[in-house]
Amino acid sequence: MTALVIILTIVLAIVVIIQIGRLSELAAKIRGEKEAEAESDKRNAYGMMVFLVLFLLFTIGSAFYYKNSILWFGPHVSASAHGSSLDKIFNVTLFFTGIVFVATQVLLFWYAYKYRKQEGKKALYISHNNKLEVIWTAIPAVVMTFLVVSGLDAWNDVMADVTPTEVAGEDYIEIEATGMQFAWLLRHPGADNLLGTRNYQLIDGTNPLGQDWTDEKNHDDIQPDKIVLPVGKKVRVRITSRDVLHNFDLPHFRIKMDAVPGMPTYFVFTPTVTTEQYRKNLGALDKNGEPLYPEWHTPSDPTDPESVPRWKAFNYELACAELCGNGHYSMRRIVEIVTEEEYERWLGEQKSYYETSIKKEEAPAEEVSVETDTEETEEETEE
Amino acid sequence: MANHDHSHLEEVAVQDHHGHGHDDHHDDHHGDKYQSNFITHYIFSQDHKIIARQFLITGMFWGVIGALMSLVFRLQLGFPEESLAWLQPVLGKWIVVNEAGMGTLDPDFYYALVTMHGTILVFFVLTAGLSGTFSNLLIPLQIGARDMASPLLNMLSYWFFFLAGAVMFASLFLSTGPFSGGWTAYPPLSALPQASSGSGAGMTLWLVSMVFFIVSVLLGGINYITTVLNMRTKGMSMWRMPLTIWAFFVTAILGLLSFPVLASAAFLLMFDRNLGTSFFLSEIFIGGEALEYAGGSPILYQHLFWFLGHPEVYIIILPAMGMVSEVMSVHARKPIFGYKAMVFSIMAIGFLSFIVWAHHMFMSGVNPFISNIFVIFTLIIAVPSAVKVFNWIATLYGGSVRFATSMLFAIGFVSMFISGGLTGIFLGNSAIDIQMHDTYFVVAHFHIVMGVAAFFGMFAGVYHWFPRMFGRFMNETIGKIHFWGTLIGAYAVFWPMHYLGLAGVPRRYYSFATFDFSGQFGMMNKFITIAAILTFAFQLLFIVNFVYSIYKGRKQKEMNPYGATTLEWTAPVDAGHGNWPGAIPTVHRWAYDYGKDGKEFITQVTPLAEGEVDGEH
Repeated sequence: MTALVIILTIVLAIVVIIQIGRLSELAAKIRGEKEAEAESDKRNAYGMMVFLVLFLLFTIGSAFYYKNSILWFGPHVSASAHGSSLDKIFNVTLFFTGIVFVATQVLLFWYAYKYRKQEGKKALYISHNNKLEVIWTAIPAVVMTFLVVSGLDAWNDVMADVTPTEVAGEDYIEIEATGMQFAWLLRHPGADNLLGTRNYQLIDGTNPLGQDWTDEKNHDDIQPDKIVLPVGKKVRVRITSRDVLHNFDLPHFRIKMDAVPGMPTYFVFTPTVTTEQYRKNLGALDKNGEPLYPEWHTPSDPTDPESVPRWKAFNYELACAELCGNGHYSMRRIVEIVTEEEYERWLGEQKSYYETSIKKEEAPAEEVSVETDTEETEEETEE
Repeated sequence: MANHDHSHLEEVAVQDHHGHGHDDHHDDHHGDKYQSNFITHYIFSQDHKIIARQFLITGMFWGVIGALMSLVFRLQLGFPEESLAWLQPVLGKWIVVNEAGMGTLDPDFYYALVTMHGTILVFFVLTAGLSGTFSNLLIPLQIGARDMASPLLNMLSYWFFFLAGAVMFASLFLSTGPFSGGWTAYPPLSALPQASSGSGAGMTLWLVSMVFFIVSVLLGGINYITTVLNMRTKGMSMWRMPLTIWAFFVTAILGLLSFPVLASAAFLLMFDRNLGTSFFLSEIFIGGEALEYAGGSPILYQHLFWFLGHPEVYIIILPAMGMVSEVMSVHARKPIFGYKAMVFSIMAIGFLSFIVWAHHMFMSGVNPFISNIFVIFTLIIAVPSAVKVFNWIATLYGGSVRFATSMLFAIGFVSMFISGGLTGIFLGNSAIDIQMHDTYFVVAHFHIVMGVAAFFGMFAGVYHWFPRMFGRFMNETIGKIHFWGTLIGAYAVFWPMHYLGLAGVPRRYYSFATFDFSGQFGMMNKFITIAAILTFAFQLLFIVNFVYSIYKGRKQKEMNPYGATTLEWTAPVDAGHGNWPGAIPTVHRWAYDYGKDGKEFITQVTPLAEGEVDGEH
């Protein structure tokens, strides 16, 4: 029944359109083609100006309306050290392109209106102006050069890997994120600060990362369900994939890097804003005690007005940013940036994956070792 | 079907008897039974004008399908809490209905729709439908040739396109689903059926369809290039060609050089999928087992794909730019400003388009060092693009603008190209791309330049050259309503997406609800979806207008209804095969003498007056 109604509506719409068309042509014939065309031209010419004004209002207005959602305006300072350099390049580019945007859109629609066909006015025969061509080639070229140079300067800095003289544990913390369909497997190097080797052929139900247990570096590796890092300390994320392409995406930190099976990638960064501090930024009050960003004070659960306000419930999130199958949109992990002390405390509470999941299977061996305690001491004395 | 009435040929100069630039009579089929039965005349036609219409109608068919697909997935995205069970009669098992009767789109099919939407619109509509239609229609007519260099290859070019479409259409009905790994088809996702059900039979058919499509593009391209180089009429030097022809010519060169690389990517992918090779695959554990592939790199595929992928987007936009230049000139009654600069810009864009491809790969894990090169060239390519915008605006300056529907779309094209092109400057700078890659900012950018600007160029072309194709006019009132609705609607759909991207929301997400940072945009998604539905509804105006006007449109009475200067308007309204019933006209001047010496327009076939200098010197 609904289908019939829809079909009939469409048919009706088609008939209406055809009638409007035929009517307009008839009206034009009656009025005189030239006059009808002149009327239409005038309407459309005015339309150009009306559109221009509304368009600029809509585009610029909406930018202001949404600015507090944009990740480097309002409360959203970069949560990493390098982020601000990238944000700056964006702002500089916005400055230049914004000027061009307004200037060209204005000229386009205004000229269309101003030079509309008018009684007695003839078009000018101006075919070219080489000087103008040089000017408006040179200026964009100069601006582009500037953007390239500042952009690449930031890029080469940000994308650089740790140097060979830097030591894991002292100069930076190395963690690992492995994308799989459809979750992030996280790995922390544990007390020795080194990630153990992996072999994808060792992957099975109890060894999701294919860690090579003969490599002792693996024995203290932790597999947390969220990323916890201390503020102010350099981090190197080793990024890999188990199956298809994924992408390690931390938008608040200005971090993004593809996870490629068979080719580990990396990103080096220093978190500079703790989760706690970021929350405070979102929930900040002005000098009158009013929220600076009211949208962040609404309930975090829209169905429960009593729920914690959004700013309090905020968490940094890890997402996947490369289509990886039907669960691509659901690969979420929480990222917590905490103080040095909180980090040490958290680290102390973690158990290595080897301890909890692998060694357990070798439990009979443990019992044996208890009995041979005395044997060991005998051996020692023998030595 | 030969029209021997020469009364309308008074502007055509008499052919010089001993100085023919080429032999224009060997295709002269007046009076014989050339392609006169229904099959050879309409179906396997070798006449470029009929082939052009075939491309257009097939392109429009696919355009509707691709757009409908976007409406379905936008319904899921914008209104996830609303039931889509009403789509079940059409989409069957792809709508999952729970016990409460609430229907949601199966995520696999959501991704299939997104994939097909991209594939169909980029290749079938904006490449075949745009280039195929207008290169075929205008090249012979505007350079003064009877037909293409090889009408047979031309006919095959269309039918390979049709075949590609048929295969892709069939893939929509597979039980495992059509291919769903994005139009970019990156392996390992596209190589492994275990990774996605659409990567089984759906991907196989996708690859087969692509290969046929590539054949179509190559056959067409060879024809266009050869025809432009070899079959221009007497007096039609390269520098007297209209900008449309320059655009189609450079586009064809781009296609000829870049599509074979996509074919190679497709073949290597087929080998990985079916022959156990490891071009793109290495160290994969999936479906509970470690696969045997070793030593390959997914990044190799990306290089091969984007080596085509980037020129492809210029293959899409250049013809639109050429047509816009033409329409603007005709309806502003002024020469296109800076013709030579425009030609050099087309060439520069064409050349540079080959050395920027890895700006799609900044975050793919390539050595960051090589990204430097691609940033430099990408931002350089912004310069000729900017030059073109300035020249279009300067064309309006001092003009006498008639707001025909085609002119409105041409102006709208420039607006869209400004908007979409400027965001390209952000994305081309790798430092900014770290944050913007694979977010809605990219989606906004490419939709505004391709999904809107290129389409506006196509609409301008269809409205403008409709009489050349069908001997009738489309209705202007409906056309103008179509324009205004689409202009406003398109901005409403795609502009807000910039903000989603700037907030970090990734693209190709089935749902925004899993993340806090994306979950706040429910209202915006609804707004975009509603705007998309309304904008699509406006396209109905175009389709009805188009179909109705073919049969009942106002008849074209004069040969040159717009007062244009170019050659396609010197052929009769009902030009049959061979275009000009008598000799092909000789050209004496460039294509842009509008308003010169007090005359509103001077056709290219009008000889130069005593002491007159040709405008294109």
